[in-house]
Amino acid sequence: MNIVACVKRVPNTEAVVKVADGGTSLDESGLSYMISFYDELAIEEAVRTKEAHGGEVTVLTLGPSEGTKEIRECLAKGGDRAELLADSNWLSRDCRASAKALAAKLSDLGADVAFMGRVATDRDNAAVGPMVATYLGWACVTDVVSLEIAEDKGTARRETETGIETIEFSLPAVITCNKGLNEPRYSNLKGIMAAKKKPFEESPAELVDNQASVIALTPPSPRAEGRILGTGPDAVPVLIDALRNEAKVI
Amino acid sequence: MGSSISWARGLFWKGNRSPLSPFFGSPWGFLRVFWKSCHWAWAIQPRHHLLRLNPQSDPMDPYQQLDFLALDDQFSEEELMVRDAVRSWCSERFMPLVMEHFEAGTFPMELVGELAELGVFGPTVPEEYGGAGLNSVTYGLICQELERADSGLRSFVSVQGSLVMYPILAYGSQEQKQEWLPRLASGEAIGCFGLTEPDFGSNPGGMLTTAKRDGDDWILNGRKMWITNGTCSQVAIVWARAEEGIRGFIVPTNLKGFSAPEQKHKWSLRASITSELVLEDVRVPNGALMPEAKGLKGPLGCLTQARYGIAWGAVGAAEACFDEALRYSKQRIVFDKPLAAFQLAQKKLADMATDISLAQLMALRLGRLKDEGKFTPHQVSMAKRNNVSMALKTSRTCRDMLGANGISLEYHTGRHMLNMESVVTYEGTHDIHTLALGHELTGIPAYR
Repeated sequence: MNIVACVKRVPNTEAVVKVADGGTSLDESGLSYMISFYDELAIEEAVRTKEAHGGEVTVLTLGPSEGTKEIRECLAKGGDRAELLADSNWLSRDCRASAKALAAKLSDLGADVAFMGRVATDRDNAAVGPMVATYLGWACVTDVVSLEIAEDKGTARRETETGIETIEFSLPAVITCNKGLNEPRYSNLKGIMAAKKKPFEESPAELVDNQASVIALTPPSPRAEGRILGTGPDAVPVLIDALRNEAKVI
Repeated sequence: MGSSISWARGLFWKGNRSPLSPFFGSPWGFLRVFWKSCHWAWAIQPRHHLLRLNPQSDPMDPYQQLDFLALDDQFSEEELMVRDAVRSWCSERFMPLVMEHFEAGTFPMELVGELAELGVFGPTVPEEYGGAGLNSVTYGLICQELERADSGLRSFVSVQGSLVMYPILAYGSQEQKQEWLPRLASGEAIGCFGLTEPDFGSNPGGMLTTAKRDGDDWILNGRKMWITNGTCSQVAIVWARAEEGIRGFIVPTNLKGFSAPEQKHKWSLRASITSELVLEDVRVPNGALMPEAKGLKGPLGCLTQARYGIAWGAVGAAEACFDEALRYSKQRIVFDKPLAAFQLAQKKLADMATDISLAQLMALRLGRLKDEGKFTPHQVSMAKRNNVSMALKTSRTCRDMLGANGISLEYHTGRHMLNMESVVTYEGTHDIHTLALGHELTGIPAYR
């Protein structure tokens, strides 16, 4: 089976990010990076699929050339080869451009199944997976929490806010992975050493023009001061009223 | 377990991690974010099931290594990948357990399989014998990360790799290498190293343990002391005095006459098993003798390897304490302002950051020399002596900065401080390394 795991290198969620001069990009000095959390699930599921059905796992990424360490970590966890579509302008690229570039590469690779995270933890769009499937005319199942693949079709369970759906789909397909699908493995030292020798190809990303672009990045406002609604049991109805009618969270 | 309070705290002050998600525009924005916290809390620490409130295992407040001199630029991609893999494993798998094990005086043996799978047993051993064939700098980084967690963990791995696998690789026969190295690398066998005796520590040449020939066999008699992992080992490297001088033997611990009573009541290295080895007419075949180890040079060669790992490991312990003290000093309010706002605290932090950075440089330079085949035992003495002494001093200063919390195991600094008393003593005491350096510099031995 020709399996592809699409991953994205994102700023480390532990890092303190700063907006660069100009206000439309991040100050990348001293910024550390990681593979987006949900994409770790994608890698794990791709490797498990290979272990169950045979085949090869290609790690596909669209991002800057400097992102090799994070991609090699995916190879250390069981990916067989990597394809990096080089694009230094990762923050201003829109979902459509990313999806078109990834779809073209998936088509070239002749993938049977592409795993992605349900959302990237940097921009939080959750859009590229379904868009790739649409461009390719493939089946797409999002937010998958369990999966079985048999020959040319599969069954997936996806979690929604209203319940759990069980979906049967045909291959090729794009699967976006959600928490609960698997427990990502740790890379081990032998895997890291082996990753060094695995094929790693880099080519320029063929990007279409953006239809959407970032015009301003603004750091979160400082936390506003709290408000004391009262004390003791008397405060409870006031709090409930505030939660229900002001915050609208209950 | 991590409470929602710690999540909320992390969400607030780490909230600027994503400039694209300005959730905090109103007091209620915070609550909205809170409902989204399942996403983030899971995402920050996907495999972490046992959360504690103390800083270094709190998923919202993870360990940050001091890298003031941007030394990360000096490491290869592969070296950093190994370091990060070991760091993650320690944070997620070991840190949630360390407090209980330290208190109980036990080592989490259930993690031995995971350590083997990670590949930290003898990582520099060639692949043909089950190792990963890594360079010495990478091994140093592994020790640094393990000791950031606990000296007991680093000691477990140091003994297995530097004191058991190394002598078999360096001094053993082909049969011995093939029999033992893959088993030790896979964690199927745990090993220990018996050199020190009750009355011979800094002066191992005076050892009383004997090896006498009896036909084709050897008969071993004697007592070893302060042996890490003795009680849980399947094999012991035992150094004994034979007619021709000090010789080394690979001794399975299930032989008749061999016992390893545990040494209890330690107040340092508590998350590590320490034992005596008692050898009473233990009969081993000649095949147990390591052919290439003759004289005291054999065990001392092993110690040079282990001391190299300690020079790195001590930096990790100091970094852990510094990270905790720095965080604490920024959060702890005294006289209406953070502890960190006081000049006395800043002086301590500045001194410690400088000391740690110097130790990092020394460890790195030593590692590169080792990989070039150019390092000397005296350089190792200097690094072990300096870096452990630095870590002991740093841990004491950090303990002081933590105030009363510094004596609680809920924080890590006190544990590291206690551990450092062992680390400054074993593998050559601070004073013995001082004399080794003095000897090297002047040409005059002043040991006795």
